Amino acid sequence: MSESIGTEAEVPSWTRATRDFIGKRLPLAHFLPDRQPAYVGSWVYVFGVATIASLAWVMLSGVILAFFGPQWWHVTGLGRFVNSVHFWSVQALFIFMVLHLWGQYFMASWRDGRAPTWMVGVVIWLVMIVTAFTGYLSQQNFDSQWIGVNAKDAINSSGGGAFFNVLNFGQMYGIHVMLLPIGITVLVILHIVQVRAKGVVRPIEGKGRGA
Amino acid sequence: MKRRQPIDQETYYSGIRMVPYDLVKELAIALGLVLVLVLAASALLSSPDQTPETIQSWSQNDPVDFVTTATGELAGTTITAQYGAPYNSGTASVQGFGFFSPQSWAGVREPVDAAQDFVLKPLSAAAGADPNLKTALSDYTSADPNQQKAWLEAFAKALKDAKVASDGTLTMASGEFGPLPQMMASLLVLGRAGGLDGYLVSNGHFYQTDYTLPLLFMGDGGYLPGLGENQHLLGSQWGMMNETGSYPGQTWLWLYTFWYQIPPFTGNANADLMVVITMTVLSLALLLVPFIPGLRDIPRWIPVYRLIWRSHYAGETPQPTAADGPSEGRPGGP
Repeated sequence: MSESIGTEAEVPSWTRATRDFIGKRLPLAHFLPDRQPAYVGSWVYVFGVATIASLAWVMLSGVILAFFGPQWWHVTGLGRFVNSVHFWSVQALFIFMVLHLWGQYFMASWRDGRAPTWMVGVVIWLVMIVTAFTGYLSQQNFDSQWIGVNAKDAINSSGGGAFFNVLNFGQMYGIHVMLLPIGITVLVILHIVQVRAKGVVRPIEGKGRGA
Repeated sequence: MKRRQPIDQETYYSGIRMVPYDLVKELAIALGLVLVLVLAASALLSSPDQTPETIQSWSQNDPVDFVTTATGELAGTTITAQYGAPYNSGTASVQGFGFFSPQSWAGVREPVDAAQDFVLKPLSAAAGADPNLKTALSDYTSADPNQQKAWLEAFAKALKDAKVASDGTLTMASGEFGPLPQMMASLLVLGRAGGLDGYLVSNGHFYQTDYTLPLLFMGDGGYLPGLGENQHLLGSQWGMMNETGSYPGQTWLWLYTFWYQIPPFTGNANADLMVVITMTVLSLALLLVPFIPGLRDIPRWIPVYRLIWRSHYAGETPQPTAADGPSEGRPGGP
């Protein structure tokens, strides 16, 4: 059995390559910086973190609702309150997310190599809409019935109804509490990593070009 | 092809004044403020939870509509009976433009036979304890299709003047209805007792979470849409983004709902497919904004950014030089 000695030449490995890849693109100082460009002192930057905060409460309240089962919140006061927290967290989430999206649009935040960051953000937006939709279908109340009966026609017209049956509570509930949250979590982490790896975009400069 | 070298943040921010900034503290404050906000909203406003309708509530509250719908299922005249993919081989609700019909391509994946699933099978299950119903069912199923059609049309016509007795049964003028009065009276009893709710979801299994059949059945009637209209939930009432009561619904679907309110979408037989295609194209455009000339230039033309970064433009930080490369900051340069 051989042992490496500190002065011995480093042997290439997948582990080392992975570490170097991450370390080069997202050193911890970039992931959690304690200094930012002075222009970040604008309210528009608050909407992103407010979106994440809302998502955290959506997730936590959703976990509690999922733990006790879909009937719980209909028959207990505490369950109804947790559902209300879930409901209003979702409303806050979408309000902040829309403000974040518009803010980033008018800052043209895709500049300087940040197009992938913008695109992942848009994908998150679209996945969020599907997640909220399956949530409304999973409420087990009149709204769920109504939304399912009426939304089926649009889903069916696209051919999606053959695989995504909005009248099947079990399918919608499973997708809502398991698959989509996993997808959102992965995408949001990726989005944050993208933002931190590149840093916030510089202000638009250059008078005479509309700036 | 020469690969562009990634620019580190130190180079990217050269010439920009950096200030202390506590991201973790900002997140903690945001978590606290949002929590206070949602707790306050939850305590003061609660959340919508209107009791769902059942076949039982439908048949008790509007037995004429229930029996009329069931008669339509037998006659094959309801939305579900004529729907098409993914439920059956009908064509009435299949959308497409010529050969382009994803709905047809996907095929029948959730098979529903309206007459059998909503009426005949439940009645057959109940007929074991009811000799009269068994005879009526036998008479109906063995009759000539033209005879069945004549009975159904006459019965449907008489139902328009039907009255609800104090015991919840229907009274209607007599006519050549064959075994239908017996069949529909039994189905109404089954519906009012709640047996039909259980039968339509059980599908031969103990555990069940699929409500396709009862929801399609209820959707064919006039009772459910009537309740929806009262709650401003119809498609023509921007129903897609509304919620029962005064609660905000899926307001983020406003653009999706908007198309249904204007020509050529409104009232079009292919409206759903047209809206789906429109929204798909718009979603792709949003996704690809950084690469679409015009769309990516709007931020320059409408300088909201000057408001966002007003302290920067007030001269707080020095302008970058040409040597800074990408910090030139044109909106069109992803």
